[in-house]
Amino acid sequence: MSPTDDGSEKSTDGGTGDIFDFEATEEISTSQRYREFFHEAFYLPAREAWRDWRMKVGLVLIFGYLFMGLVAWISGSNFGVLADVTIIESPRSNQFGGFEFNNEGPFQSWDYPLGTDSTGRDIFGAIVYATPDMLKMTFAGGVYVVVVATVVGTVAGYKGGRVDSVLTTISDIVMTVPGLPLVIVLATMIDPRNPWIIGPLLVIGWWAGLARTIRAQVLSIREESYVEASRTMGISTRRIIQKDIMPNLMPYIMVNFVMSSRQVIFNGVGLYFLGILAHGSYSDNWGVMMQFAYTHASALLIPERSYQLLMPMAAIVGLSFGLILFSQGTDRLFNPRVRQRGTGSTEQDGEEDEMTTTIT
Amino acid sequence: MNWFIKRIGQGLFTIFAVASLTFVLIRTMPGSPAQQLAADIRQNQPSLSARQINVMVEQRIGVDPDQPMHEAYMNYMLNLAQGNLGESVNYQEPVADIILRSLPWTAFVMSVSLLFVFIFGIGLGAIMAYREGSKFDVGSSIIAIFLSSVPYYVAAVVMIYVLALELSLFPLSGRYPRGVEPGFTLEFFTGALHHAVLPAASFIVTTWGGFALGMRGNSIQVLGNDYIRVAKLRGLSDRRIALRYVGRNAILPMWTSFLITVGFMFGASIILEEIFTYRGIGYYMFDSIENRDYPVMMGTFLVITVSVVIAVLVADITYGKLDPRVESGGGDESY
Repeated sequence: MSPTDDGSEKSTDGGTGDIFDFEATEEISTSQRYREFFHEAFYLPAREAWRDWRMKVGLVLIFGYLFMGLVAWISGSNFGVLADVTIIESPRSNQFGGFEFNNEGPFQSWDYPLGTDSTGRDIFGAIVYATPDMLKMTFAGGVYVVVVATVVGTVAGYKGGRVDSVLTTISDIVMTVPGLPLVIVLATMIDPRNPWIIGPLLVIGWWAGLARTIRAQVLSIREESYVEASRTMGISTRRIIQKDIMPNLMPYIMVNFVMSSRQVIFNGVGLYFLGILAHGSYSDNWGVMMQFAYTHASALLIPERSYQLLMPMAAIVGLSFGLILFSQGTDRLFNPRVRQRGTGSTEQDGEEDEMTTTIT
Repeated sequence: MNWFIKRIGQGLFTIFAVASLTFVLIRTMPGSPAQQLAADIRQNQPSLSARQINVMVEQRIGVDPDQPMHEAYMNYMLNLAQGNLGESVNYQEPVADIILRSLPWTAFVMSVSLLFVFIFGIGLGAIMAYREGSKFDVGSSIIAIFLSSVPYYVAAVVMIYVLALELSLFPLSGRYPRGVEPGFTLEFFTGALHHAVLPAASFIVTTWGGFALGMRGNSIQVLGNDYIRVAKLRGLSDRRIALRYVGRNAILPMWTSFLITVGFMFGASIILEEIFTYRGIGYYMFDSIENRDYPVMMGTFLVITVSVVIAVLVADITYGKLDPRVESGGGDESY
């Protein structure tokens, strides 16, 4: 509590006020403040989230894939020192010798732990080499959805009026246009090659649903008294959106980031599998591997070769399983009631209020 | 009533926007279908004049490369409005005929799958919510999460392998048994159902989990409300509380995701019908992409859009009847 402004010794409470003067003497350094911010904003939530088994398994899986992507990137890069480092060889036909290494089953040799395909390529290597592009696509698609949806949703909800009705109508229309057919038509016409473009293209209309949810949220939050208070104090719209509104939207944004990433994986692999996006190379995408197994090796008809189809499938399911577990685990981060129950700091009456995210 | 008109207008506008998009794609993209088709015809029949070629192109895809942009656009839209979707390059027959032949099959598989997704998802989700924290709840949650991380085409491939090839329980491909005449006979009907099981099942297995988890979350939230406690105190039967109080309020927010699923399924049908060689609308769309048969591609895309718009409209209107709050405001809908 600070002394009153008239310069006298008296504080507002009428006392002389030296008990509360310690603020001026004990200065908090900037680094300390940052450390505290970091502690509050990252360490505590992370520790909290880690209590949830879904979060643990999900994070382990996601980091596993990131690691795979890193290995492939290092092995394949021609960048300074890294050019000489090859952890896993890039898969190519007959890479282990002659035809006797075609269609080798999994778990037989450390050279090809998951077996080889019908032209003798290392399946494990191909899965690893397809990872970086897959991750780029997934990330690009997720960011695209979240950014467009947040901008459209907050502007529509906060501005209101004509802006709102135009933006809402646009989102409604985009929401009804069937997603995958549109993506397929566009992919055929544009024929993109760059993963940073393919990713957003695969979820091109996906932002609309999230934008509507965010708009609805913003509508109810802007009526809250603390937002009203900020507005009366003359704080700028931009700052109100940043400070008061955005934190409330984070759960939706996180969950939808993960869900649209999953959609990128599903659509992407599907289009590669059908050959709409494929341009040849076996280790381009897990979907291409499935396509090769399906058409060239007839893995479906010859039971001994089914592993050629199953291995890339396992890679796909693993990544999306990790993403879904992660998004389910964030419940605990963002839902204060669930969080309190977890630490046991406040007594709650048991069963209520666990928000579970819908997957569609 | 005002709300009703607005929804219909929006639906019509969506169809209009998608039709315009297809026009833009056909007409203006570099190496566009119109140019490609003209080049094809010129190669096959070099004797034709440029004018004759353009007339043939227009007959096929409804876009004359010679006309100025706005006239071509008017023509294209008028043709569409009359139900003229052009003529298939590959099959040499009107696109509308192909679609009329295939759409009912897709609709059949889709309605079967939707029905079961809804029953399984809602039912299991509600039971999970009632037994929250029990072994049943945890077990089903894990299964639901796992199954929703399996793409439907992966499920399809696994099912073909296990149920069609290894166990020979269901047919591998096709729409109805060979040698059976399509008609109102029991044999045809059971045959068609038998063939639809695998495509529908690959969809049901991978989709019910999302609905179950959503329903579980919603029910748990509803169960915590005061009016449920009051209903219990009033001595209402558990059955009545479960159905009228909890069930109804928990299902309402699911209606929207139900809508999105309809659109999603049409998309999924492209991949699924290709895998099962099930000649529905998705099969023909994929086929047209493989063969660069642009009239069929655009026609199927348009028809799928129209179907989704109609489905969404129907669901929207019924939702308005279920939940009167939507018609009055609609500002604070939740998903």
